[in-house]
Order: sequence, then structure tokens, then C-alpha cells
Amino acid sequence: MMNSSMLLSITTFVYAFVSVLYIGAWTFKKEFLAKLGMAVLICGFACNTAGIGLRWVESYQMGYGHAPFSNMYESLVFFSWTVAALYIFVEFKYRERIIGVFATPLIFLAIAYASLSPNIADKISPLIPALKSNWLIGHVITCFLGYAGFAVAFGFSIMYLVRSEGKDEKGLMARLPSSAVIDELTYQMVMFGFLFLTIGIITGAVWANSAWGTYWSWDPKETWSLITWLIYATLLHLRMMRGWHGKKIAWVSILGFMAVLFTYFGVNLLPGLHSYA
Amino acid sequence: MKKKASNQGPLNRVWMFFSSVRLTVVVLLSLAFTSVIGTLIPQNASEVFYLKKYGQGWSQVFTSLDIVDMYNAWWFLLLLGLLVVNIIVCSFERLGYTWKIIFPKKVVFRLERFRRMKDKETFTCDRPLDDLVGRYEGLLKKRVGKVTRETTETGAALFAETGRWTRIGVYVVHLSVILLLVGAVIGSIWGFKGRVSIPEGDTTDVIELRQGEHEHLTLDFSVRCNSFDVKFYDTGHPDEFKSNITLLEKGKEVLTTDILVNHPLRYKGISLYQSNYGTASARNVTVSVTSRDSGMVYQKLLEFNKPMDLPENRGRFVMERFAPGYNFRGHNLGEVFVGKVIAPDATETSVIIPLKFPTFDKMRGGQFVFAVEDFEKQYYTGLQVNKDPGVWYVYAGFILMIVGCWVTFFMSHQSYCVEIRNQDGAGALVEISAVANRNSQSLKLKTEKLATTMKELKS
Ligand code: HEM
Repeated sequence: MMNSSMLLSITTFVYAFVSVLYIGAWTFKKEFLAKLGMAVLICGFACNTAGIGLRWVESYQMGYGHAPFSNMYESLVFFSWTVAALYIFVEFKYRERIIGVFATPLIFLAIAYASLSPNIADKISPLIPALKSNWLIGHVITCFLGYAGFAVAFGFSIMYLVRSEGKDEKGLMARLPSSAVIDELTYQMVMFGFLFLTIGIITGAVWANSAWGTYWSWDPKETWSLITWLIYATLLHLRMMRGWHGKKIAWVSILGFMAVLFTYFGVNLLPGLHSYA
Repeated sequence: MKKKASNQGPLNRVWMFFSSVRLTVVVLLSLAFTSVIGTLIPQNASEVFYLKKYGQGWSQVFTSLDIVDMYNAWWFLLLLGLLVVNIIVCSFERLGYTWKIIFPKKVVFRLERFRRMKDKETFTCDRPLDDLVGRYEGLLKKRVGKVTRETTETGAALFAETGRWTRIGVYVVHLSVILLLVGAVIGSIWGFKGRVSIPEGDTTDVIELRQGEHEHLTLDFSVRCNSFDVKFYDTGHPDEFKSNITLLEKGKEVLTTDILVNHPLRYKGISLYQSNYGTASARNVTVSVTSRDSGMVYQKLLEFNKPMDLPENRGRFVMERFAPGYNFRGHNLGEVFVGKVIAPDATETSVIIPLKFPTFDKMRGGQFVFAVEDFEKQYYTGLQVNKDPGVWYVYAGFILMIVGCWVTFFMSHQSYCVEIRNQDGAGALVEISAVANRNSQSLKLKTEKLATTMKELKS
């Protein structure tokens, strides 16, 4: 019998293979490896989707019946899913192939961490009453789309920095898209992430207001998402108004992603309400 | 902005200071970095807590800098104030200019500007010029918008533009930030946050405010808790908390409803939320009384404060109250029943029956040992009672922020130029160029697509 855990373990291996293909396409300059990488990525994504769907069904069979976004394991799996979805979209929209080298490993790392880390339980457990709300679904999806945007932007920023190290115009670095294109794509991803993080924070606030009667209570997770938001707002202004581009923006985007990671993982080390995810 | 630099009056300098995006960057980053402090140092804890955790010196530093309540500290509010002034001044500074772009007296396209552009889509075509102009005009109109035609020395140029209005998007985003902060201020001045615990069956109209210890507020209606119910999963996790509530005005019932977590009750601008619960008291208590002498066990259903006669003519027992916690020689016994034995000579001995330690009363060494066999819990419901008249401003800000960001990020003001040059005998040369105020990458893709369609149209 196939269950969701098995499907998601398979997904992990498929995503690992995708990263290998993209890195291969870059190092050996073989376009077809990147094409194959995209095909495999789509398969992995299908498997990931099925895994999440099945887990949803399983939670109903167990009588708890909730969307699979309620603990660290589920949220990491979903994080992989959103980054994969966004990356597939970006590759098709901007018709650039090699840009997956630094983005696809993130897809793999998130789900691998979920599957392999001994600290992360993949058990389905019931929701506490405060989490039983349709806002939960909207809140989680939008926040994760935001995180996904920032993750892909992070991948692009690293790629930018790597690219700008390449003095030699024929070397490995020169096979990456031009600096201008990477810079523009990073900015697009930051805007995407910013919009969805904004919506995510807002849905969270509306939900908090309907569950606890305050839309904002400065709990650490909330505060950290605001910190992340402020850093990216700064990035947008630096770029628009102060003409920052290239390396400087890449570094701010990396700083922003560190804040995302802290919002996501670090906050659980601090006291607060959001300890579930 | 440059113009003003020449007449540097002090007022002008202040204005320039507040209109600079450098200030924006400094303020946004300061807000981000100071906010970190509040997540590392627990907020609004007791004095003793800080003393214990950080020692005398640090506690004093924290208290004097308001770090113990930093999101309400003067310096944090000052940063927010700076942000608001910055946004307002900056918008004033630029809105006039933007307004002229959005509502121009006449839209002009400068052919030279498009001609100078590097990135162009070009192809040749051997159809007559007039035919091409007609076809491309139709296409441009469908894909972009109203088309302006201009005759040039070598043929014709077509211009079209879209999304002029999207330039207002940023102002909407900035306005939304102000609305959020205005809403927050209104909420903190004219709103309140409080809580109340109501045992099942009780009615009250007094709540305890969260700000300031033990401040109370009387509502102009009262709340009765008819019943409270908690359901658990088989795993022991709580599934649902539910209070059945009746609101009364001047003693008259006006409304009866359930309040659940995530389903608050809103009445007259005041919201009541399910927040916690506990055991207030007990009903239908069955007590077992074991006689030391005879070893006989008697069971009796009791009511509070109604004495029962003890067997063997040894006096009476009164169950006085239920308490959620009880301090016995420095130990908290948890939930207890408290009663007393009244001997025939009227001497009284108090009896404590902790639920956690059923044989506790043996220690007392009395003639009878009392234990509670069974009882029905009477819960109290813990409600949060809030009023926040600022929430509508905040919600309006939320909507504007999403709409504004969407417009700013995904839409742009784009102008297209299609120039068709007659090349003597060699057909027409078509050049397509475009500019936009942002999103150059997607503009490029859109222009490419337009060019492809135009190439196909010619056949
Ligand atoms: C929390 C506060 C703020 C937020 C969320 C915010 C948000 C934004 C956003 C999303 C953009 C568009 C950026 C882009 O196009 O990539 C923007 C642009 C801009 N912001 Fe802000 N902003 C804030 C504060 C400020 C302040 C205080 C100023 C005052 C100087 C300011 C001045 C500007 C200007 C001049 C632009 C460029 C407008 C244009 O494109 O013409 N912003 N802001």
C-alpha cells in the first residue's frame, strides 16, 4: 500500500536527481541535461503534489481532517512544493534554463531536511482549536509563496555573486545567464515574494483578530516576519530610489533570506504562540 | 528636487531631510533591527523575572530604556512617527510630478526616443505600406490600447500605450502604511483589551483590563455564561471549546449564542472571544464517609453549605466550597474540596479533600475519613473582551496594500512604437520598440510576442 510518507520519500530522491541534472547541465554545458532536469522536476512535483494530497486524505481517514500544513514536517514538504512550483513557472516564463542550478538544490534540501532530520516527526496529529480555521490554509499558502519567492531570489543572488567572480569570459561562470538578466530576475522574485509575504502577514493578522481578538500582538514569529518584510522593503527602496544593483542587491537579498530562515526555524527557539510551524 | 538645493533655508533643509529615501532606508532598517530585541528579551514580564534572569544591573538598563515593553517605548514610536512623516513628505514631493504624468494635457510620443533604443525587433515584409499600417493598427489596438498614427519621412509610425494609471500604485502602498498606523493609534486610544472569567450560570458586567494590573471596566451590558463545554480527541488533545452565552441589557435578555475559538461574538463594537477555561466549582458531589471504629462506608450526595448528619450520632459535616488550588504548608494541592466537621459539642474541624490525593484525609486522624467519590465539574469560561474601533482603518490599509503592491509589481506604464519604413523596391522594414517604467524583462517578452504575431500577419 502506497502511503504519503513513501510518496514524499520518493519525491526527495527525484528532487535530488533534478539538482544533479541541473548542475551537470551547467558544468558540462549540456543543454539537454537541463531539459531533462525540467522534465524530472515536473515528475517530482507531481509526486510531491500527490504526497500532500494523500496526506490530506489520510488525516480525514484518521478522523482529524485538516489541511497538511500543521507541523514542521508538513510545512517543509509544502515549502519544497511551492519553491518547485515557482521555479517551474519562472523557467517557462523567462525561458532561461541554467538558472535552476542554484534554485533546484533548495527544493531538494527542504524536503530532505523534512524526511531525514531526526528532530522532525512526520506523524499526523490533530489540530488545537485555535488552528481550526479556513484562514490557516490561506495564511500558510501565501506565506509559503512569499518564502518561495525569497528562496528563488536567494538562489539567483548566489548565482549573481558566483557569476560576477568569473573574470574569464569563456569559463564556467560565463555559461550562466548575463548579470543583467540575473539581476532583473532576482528583483522579480523579490517583488513576488514581497507581495505574498505581505498577503501572508495580512491573512495572519485577520485570522489572529478572528481567533484572539488582536490583529497584532508582537509575538516572536509575527515580529520576525515583520523584520523580514522590512528588510525586503528596504531592498526595494534601495534599488528603485538609490539605484542599487547587482552585487549590493544580491547581498541584501541574502540577508533577507537569512531573516526568512530565522522566521521559519529560529523562532521556535524563542518563546511564543506560533510554535507549531 | 535638485532645484531646491540652491536656496538652503533651514525649513528647506528639514523638508529635504524628511523627503529623502536615505532616511527611509535608515528608519526601515532601524525598525527591523530594534524589533529583534523584543523577540530576544521577553516582553512585559514581571520585575522579579528580569531580576532573576538578567541580574540587577541589566534589569535596570532594560527598565530605563523601556526595553521590557519596547514596542510601546517612546523611541520605537518615534521611529514609526518618522516613517509616517517621511512617507507623507516624500509623497507630497513627488505626487505633483507623477500626477502630471498620469493626467497629461496631451499624450505625446517622441519618435526620436524610440528610434534611439537599442533593443528592437526588426523584420522586413513585402506588402504595401498602407496595408501593413492598417493591419498593425488593428493589432496594436487589441493588444495595447488606443493607437496614434504619425507620418514620417519614410513611411509611418504607430504608437500605443497602456497602464499610465499604474504609476499611482506606489502611492496607494504608502497610503496603506499610514492607514495601518492610524488604525493602530485609534485602537490604542479609544479601544481596550480585557478579560473576564464567568462560572457557568453566573452573570457579570465587569471585566479586567490587560493594561495596568487589576484595572476594571464596567460594560453597558452584562454577560451570562449558560454553559461551557470542552471536547477532547482520543489522544487527549483538546478538540473544541464552546461557551453558550446570553447577553443582557438592563436585565433583559437580548441575545443567546455560542462562542467558540475562531468564532467570536461581536456586539456593539465589542468582541468576545473564547480564550481559556477552568474549573470554577462542582455540583452533585458524592462523598464517602468511612468510620474508623466500625469500618463502615457511607455514601452521600451533597450540596454545598447544607449540613449532613454524620452516622453514629457524631455531629454534622458541611461541604463548604471547591477551590481550584489550595496551599497546604507550602505545597499546592491542586483542586480541593473544603468542608468542616461540626462535633456535637459545636467544635469545628476543617476537612480538606484534594482530588489528586484521595487518601489525604486519613492523615487528619478524625473519627471519619472523607473522600470525594464523584462530582460534576462546573466550569468557568475565560473570555477576552476587546474593543478596537481602529480595526476598520487597519483592514482598509490591508486591502490597499495588497492592491497597491499588485499594481506596482506586476503592472507598468508601457509605450510601444511600430515604425514602418518604405525601402525603395525592397518592401517595408518594420521596427518594434517599447519602453516601460519597470519590469523590463516581461516587456521584452511581450514585445517579442508582438513581433512574432506581426510577422505572421503579413502572410
Ligand atoms: C513600511 C513602509 C514602506 C513600504 C511598505 C513601502 C513600499 C514601497 C514599495 C512596495 C515600493 C515599490 C518599490 C518597487 O517598485 O520595487 C515603494 C517605492 C517607493 N517608496 Fe516606499 N514604502 C515604505 C516607506 C517609504 C517611505 C517612508 C518613503 C519616503 C521617502 C518611501 C518612498 C518611496 C519612493 C519614492 C518610491 C518609488 C516610487 C516610484 O517608483 O516612483 N517609501 N515603496
